[in-house]
Amino acid sequence: MTDIILRTINLTKRYKNRLAVDHLNIEVRQGEIFGFLGPNGAGKSTTIRMILHLIFPTEGDVEIFGASLKETRHRALGNVGAVVEKPAFYGHLSALRNMEILGGLQKPVTRRRIMKYLDRVGLADRADDPVKTYSHGMNQRLGLALILLKEPQLIILDEPTTGLDPQGMKEVRELILELSRERGVTVLLSSHLLYEVEMIATKMAIIHHGRLRVEGSVHDLLKKGPSEVLIKTDRPAEAMQFLKTNESYGSARIHSDGIKVELDQDRIPELNRHLVNAGFNVNALVPQRTLETYFLNLIEGREA
Amino acid sequence: MIRLIWFEMIKTFTRWRTYIGFIAFAIIVPMVVTGLKLGGQNSFKRSLLSLLQNDFIIGGNVLNGWFFGFFFMGALWVHVPIVLTIVAGDQIAGEGNAGTFRFLLTHSVSRTRIIAAKFIVTLIYTAVMVLFIGGLTIGLSLWAFGGGDLLVIRKGILVIQEARLPYLFLMAYGLATLSMFVVSSLCFLFSAFTDNSIGPIIATMAVIIVSIIIISLPFELFQAIRPYLFVNYFDAWQKVFDDPVPWNIIRMDISILTGFMITFFLTAVVYFSRKDILS
Repeated sequence: MTDIILRTINLTKRYKNRLAVDHLNIEVRQGEIFGFLGPNGAGKSTTIRMILHLIFPTEGDVEIFGASLKETRHRALGNVGAVVEKPAFYGHLSALRNMEILGGLQKPVTRRRIMKYLDRVGLADRADDPVKTYSHGMNQRLGLALILLKEPQLIILDEPTTGLDPQGMKEVRELILELSRERGVTVLLSSHLLYEVEMIATKMAIIHHGRLRVEGSVHDLLKKGPSEVLIKTDRPAEAMQFLKTNESYGSARIHSDGIKVELDQDRIPELNRHLVNAGFNVNALVPQRTLETYFLNLIEGREA
Repeated sequence: MIRLIWFEMIKTFTRWRTYIGFIAFAIIVPMVVTGLKLGGQNSFKRSLLSLLQNDFIIGGNVLNGWFFGFFFMGALWVHVPIVLTIVAGDQIAGEGNAGTFRFLLTHSVSRTRIIAAKFIVTLIYTAVMVLFIGGLTIGLSLWAFGGGDLLVIRKGILVIQEARLPYLFLMAYGLATLSMFVVSSLCFLFSAFTDNSIGPIIATMAVIIVSIIIISLPFELFQAIRPYLFVNYFDAWQKVFDDPVPWNIIRMDISILTGFMITFFLTAVVYFSRKDILS
């Protein structure tokens, strides 16, 4: 039995002359936290909306739990919970009522269950207040409570931490990790906060102009190609002279934070040894290749 | 399906805008009844009875509650659509505008069922509104002016005995409700086309006003178009006060109005089932 939970097959959306998504093929496997990245207008939201059947593809299909969205939408979406962009609710109704309505479309939900999940996201004491009195962050948390209420096997989150304060963002990240680790829930996460994806995603895909540019494990992608290392020593000027004598560190240059040198990440221990053996006190060696640099290089065409 | 309808009922009947029409008529109708009671009745007497008294002997309470109930129905049927569209136009467009479709449509419930539930609630609201207006106008008129036989001036002068009137008014309200169902259905259809609630209201009222102008003008071309306009059948309720009651024509009117209603609903379903939710 395949462990592919979600698969897009040549998924394409064309708006008149504009190709929003161009033959996109991605696979999300059981238990993965899949980061879905791309600059604004890259086609992320259009893809997510096609996966959720809010937008009809011009071409291609989506398979969720092996069921084609074209053929059996009901079965395909039955086990999916999603928050697309800004969560929107019936503002004149209470959180409890919203949960009862939006969570009870398939089968009735008890007040006890609703309260359990409102409590989980810290909204239990505001359960009876009209949602129009909620802040944006509270709306985000209510959206997550609604997902939890459905107890889905696949969660799709589009910018889930937008509008949250740092504590709220941390809580959401912890919640995603908890769902993934403890319940084996698969998560497709679209975010413009690259460090967020870097922190929690196990796999990622980057799209640009509607096309898939790269897909793979976050770890592997960050290891790929040269990266920079920031060196912090007690005597940067002398360390700089020393590094210049070794052609492996020819790219070394003084930076406001220390010295930066282009180096594969697996050669960092060797660099450390060279510096220590030369008598320098090495305070820190910080790999500078983050998802952000990788992402920007890729989008700007500096990386294949 | 019943749960979906119940949810739509909650959404609709817990909103302030749903009661705008009820409040408006709850103010207007007592105001007009008070105005009639405080002297307005005399202008009716002068213009109507003085005209008839030349040829007929008028006895009893002719300008009674039933008469003014009938008068109100004739006068208000152009205004009732305005309040109906406030709710009907918001049924689909309102969800689009608020962004709630993003949650509502990502569950394994078909769009057709969601639209059907919304449509049923729109019809319930329409029926409640028409019956509220009918009950209010008749109730207040009877309370203020008392009962009596009904004088109907349509294709001639007809006096209907009071004993038959509750039954006839019930029939008339039923037919008026059906006519208003068509208005709500049209607005509901327009609501499926957009994410802005104002657009369907304006579009529906524009269609009604243009249709009324067309059926009112005696031009040959307009008269040829007339049978294809639903507004042409809006006076079906008045026909139950004819003598003899033209049941065949009423049945035909019912079929045509129902046909319009079903066509508008099915068009909304077909369109919405293929609509991209971009909001």
